[in-house]
Amino acid sequence: MKYMLLIHQGSTPTPRDPDAWARVPEDEQKAVFADYQAINETPGVTSGLQMGEPETATTVRVQDGRTLTTDGPFAELKEALGGYLFYEADDLDAAIALAARIPAARMGGAIEVRPIVEW
Amino acid sequence: MVAILERVFRDRWGYVLAALVGFLGDFDLAEEAAQEAFAIAAERWPRDGAPANPDGWLVTTARNRAIDRIRRDRTLAAKTRLLEVPEAAEDTMETTSFPDERLELVFTCCHPALATDAQVALTLRTLGGLTTGEIARAFLVGEATMAQRLVRAKRKIRAAGIPFRVPPDHLLPDRLAAVLAVVYLIFNAGYSSPAPVPPGRELTAEALRLGRALAELMPDEPEVHGLLAMMLLHDARRAARFRDGELVLLADQDRGLWDAAQIAEGRGVLDRALALRGRGAYVVQAAIAALHAGEPRDWPQIAALYGELARLTDSPVVELSRAVAVAEADGPAAGLALVDRLALEDYHYLHAARGELLRRLGRAAEAREALGRALALAHDDAERRLLERRLAELGPR
Repeated sequence: MKYMLLIHQGSTPTPRDPDAWARVPEDEQKAVFADYQAINETPGVTSGLQMGEPETATTVRVQDGRTLTTDGPFAELKEALGGYLFYEADDLDAAIALAARIPAARMGGAIEVRPIVEW
Repeated sequence: MVAILERVFRDRWGYVLAALVGFLGDFDLAEEAAQEAFAIAAERWPRDGAPANPDGWLVTTARNRAIDRIRRDRTLAAKTRLLEVPEAAEDTMETTSFPDERLELVFTCCHPALATDAQVALTLRTLGGLTTGEIARAFLVGEATMAQRLVRAKRKIRAAGIPFRVPPDHLLPDRLAAVLAVVYLIFNAGYSSPAPVPPGRELTAEALRLGRALAELMPDEPEVHGLLAMMLLHDARRAARFRDGELVLLADQDRGLWDAAQIAEGRGVLDRALALRGRGAYVVQAAIAALHAGEPRDWPQIAALYGELARLTDSPVVELSRAVAVAEADGPAAGLALVDRLALEDYHYLHAARGELLRRLGRAAEAREALGRALALAHDDAERRLLERRLAELGPR
C-alpha cells in the first residue's frame, strides 16, 4: 500500500517563525531535525518537496467562469498544510507508526494519513 | 431443525466469516459467500443430515462459492488474495479444519482508525451475526443510516489498508483496550436501555457472547476476564433491576431474582483474572460487582476498590461512587464531605446522591433541593420516575 502523509503544522513552532522557534529548547530543536532526517531516510519514504509558508499561498476558485483569488491557504492558516511525504508500507498500522514519529504530531500539529489509490 | 440451524448460525457465523475474510481479504465478498453457505446448509442439512464437520463444511462451501464468483469476475480477482492461494477441493471439506481467525477479525473491526460507532456496528455484524436491521433497532437509528455506517467502515478497511491481524505486542495493550471498550459499550447500551428485542438477541447477551469468545481466544489476558466477570455479575441482576417497568436500586432489589449460577460463574471468571495478577480497571470493577453481590456488603472494601479505580481512571464519576461507599462504611457525613469536593455540577447522579445523604442527615430542605436539581438534569424516564418517588417520600415541604 502507498500512503500520502499530509503534515498540518497547527501551532507547531518551526524555524520559519524564528521567535517561536527560539523558544524551543536547543536539544528539542536538534531532536526535531534528527527526527525529520530519520523519517526521510526510512525505507519506503519518498519525501515531499519543501513548501513555502502558508502565508504565501493563493487560493483560486472559479465562479461563473471567472477566476477568483484569495490571499492565503484554503484551510485556516493554523490548519494549513505544511508539508507531505509518501510512504510505501504494508498496512495502515505501519503508516500510523511513521506518522507518530513526525515531530509536528507531538508539537501541536497533526498528520493526515491518506491511502493512495492504485489502479 | 430450524432451531438447531439458528443456533449453528449464531454460534458459527463469526468463525466462518473470520475464516473467509482471512482467505478472501474482502469483507463484502466474505459476507455474501457466508450467507450463501448458510442458505445452502439450511436447505440441505434437514434433508441429508448435518455434516460431521459443520465448520469445515461451511467455510469450504463458502470459499468455493466465492471462487466461482471471482472466476466470473476476473477484475475482482486481481484485487483479492485469492490468486495466491490454491483452490479449495470439494472432497476434502469433511476433514479440512481452518484456523480460528476471530481474533484477527475483532481487532480489525475495532481498529482505532474507525469511528467508535462504526467499530461497534461492524463487530455486531461480523462477529455477532446480527443483521443490519437488528443493529439499527438496538441503537435506535434508521436502517439506512446503519447500512451506510457499515458500508463506509468496510470500505475504509479495504481502501486505507487496515490490517487483518492480531496486533504485535507493542500495540497490543492499546488495541486490546479498544476491543474491550467496544464490547463494554455494547453491553452498556443493552443494560441501560433494554430495547424490545427477542430474548437471546439483547445487546447484553451479544456482549456476553463476545466476552466469552475473547476469554476463550485470549486466555492469559486478565482484563479480558475482568470485563467478562463484570458483565456476568451485572447481568445476573437483570431480572431484579426493574419492577413493573420501574427502576429498582440495588439495595431494594429482590435477591431471589438474581441469577445465582451466573453470579458464581462471574466470581469464577474474576478469580481467573486475579490469578493472572490482573489489577486493571475491568478487574477492579468486576471485584466491586462481586462485593455488591455479597450479603452483607463489605462497604469498607468496596470504598477501597473504588479508590483504586479512581486512581486508575482519574474519573470524578468513580470518585462519586467511592463517596457513596464511604457513606455506607463511615456514615453520611463522611460521604457528603467527599461528594461536595467533586466538580460534577451537571451530573444528575451527583445531586441524587447528595439528596440521599442529606436526607439521612435529616436536612430535608437541602435534600429536596438536591433531588430537584437531579430531576432537572435527568433525561431517562425510569430515572426521572425514581427521583420523583424519592422526592415524594421526603414529604411536603
